[in-house]
Amino acid sequence: MNTKTPHPLLVADQITKRFGQTEVLRGISLSANPGDVIALIGSSGSGKSTFLRCLNLLERPNSGRIALNGEVLELAADRDGALNATNPVQLRRFRSRISMVFQHFNLWAHMTAERNVTEGLTVVLGLSQNEATERAQHYLQKVGVIHRKDAYPAHLSGGEQQRVAIARALAMEPDVMLFDEPTSALDPELVGEVLRVMRAVAEEGRTMIVVTHEMSFAREVSSEVVFLSKGVVAERGRPEDVLLKPQSERLQAFLANSLK
Amino acid sequence: MLHGYLPAILGGLMTSLQVAACSLAIACVFGLIGAAAKLSSSRAAHAVVDVYTTLIRGIPELALMLMVFYGGQTILNYLVTEAGGDYVEVPAFAAGVLTIGFVFGAYMTETFRGAILAIPKGQMEAATAIGMSRSQVLARVTIPQMIRHAIPGFTNNWLIMIKATALVSIIGLDDMMQRAGLAASATREPLTFYLAVAAIYLLITTVSILLLSRVEKRFSLGVRKAELQ
Repeated sequence: MNTKTPHPLLVADQITKRFGQTEVLRGISLSANPGDVIALIGSSGSGKSTFLRCLNLLERPNSGRIALNGEVLELAADRDGALNATNPVQLRRFRSRISMVFQHFNLWAHMTAERNVTEGLTVVLGLSQNEATERAQHYLQKVGVIHRKDAYPAHLSGGEQQRVAIARALAMEPDVMLFDEPTSALDPELVGEVLRVMRAVAEEGRTMIVVTHEMSFAREVSSEVVFLSKGVVAERGRPEDVLLKPQSERLQAFLANSLK
Repeated sequence: MLHGYLPAILGGLMTSLQVAACSLAIACVFGLIGAAAKLSSSRAAHAVVDVYTTLIRGIPELALMLMVFYGGQTILNYLVTEAGGDYVEVPAFAAGVLTIGFVFGAYMTETFRGAILAIPKGQMEAATAIGMSRSQVLARVTIPQMIRHAIPGFTNNWLIMIKATALVSIIGLDDMMQRAGLAASATREPLTFYLAVAAIYLLITTVSILLLSRVEKRFSLGVRKAELQ
């Protein structure tokens, strides 16, 4: 447990995860304080996306503990040895407080951009249609796609889709935002617009956990960099330490490859 | 017109439409249950539905209908008389509707299953991650998109099913086909009456196609058509 700070927002403790015989996560812990931007880096297969997906239980960890705002998520192991939430109402509340942005955007194809943002507000948060529309337009404005609010996802560019997805996550006004390689599926010229939006979100003081391959983003925006390798945290610390003075050979090799 | 048989044939049309509507409802119920079972993680459910779709899609509807009507009659009465009851007759309407519904349920199973598989998994994930319950994900994301993907296959099944309702005349149901047959032999003008029936079926199927393509448009908002030169 992190004892330095009294009120971490999100705490994950010793998360493990197996896929069959393969141990993907071998005890990963993380603590996010308000305003933290934590960058999770590592080569593919290091478990960083799986770890992120364990935080909102899209993947079920095999052991570990998750707490949001000091409240521990109630988990119990099932027959296969994976943890299940025993209190579905609590799990849904946790999920609504931890919003996620996906690599492939995952916008709902049968809804307009605006409706993609209002849907969670009305269905999950119980806002009225008017309140939801007002809030959705505010956030679509913020990410710069308000002019496309009536377009369906199929008619938006990848960058626009991802910005709508960010607006959808922001509009929930969550405690923590999870980003799962948000720019990896984008054409190179569209990466910049999404990173700019993410940088603006970070500068507002939002708490973010970002799985990323964008080393410049990790270096310039994050408050902590966590390097995962083979299912464990190999190095962690302030970005200038981890990225500029890597201690382990594995991180040195990883950085040498990704800076090419 | 039609030697005064037109009202009789149109009366038979009502029966045909009733059979079609009831069969469709039953087929959709079987189809949804079948698709849910095929997509579930239960091996037992898979096995049962696999047997159902393989068997039913592999046997002619006519043979199945005669089996259910006569065979079902025999089995039912054997059971009833064993239990000390009186002879019961299976109503032709129920037998016809159940058979057609059961048969087309197998086709609907595959149509619905394919339609659900066509939805990218990430969309359900995004709905789950935002805090929706399972039934909310189903109602908000899965079903609206499933309908869109299912309509072409559903239209096909419906057209084939409407035509299959003509088979119920075999088991003595007083449908349009049955009445046309009676009129044809009474007047010795088979072509006249079967042409009339064919025209009525064609009218129903054409209207169906038009209506369902409207529904498809309605549910395809946001779908970008491939533009091929």
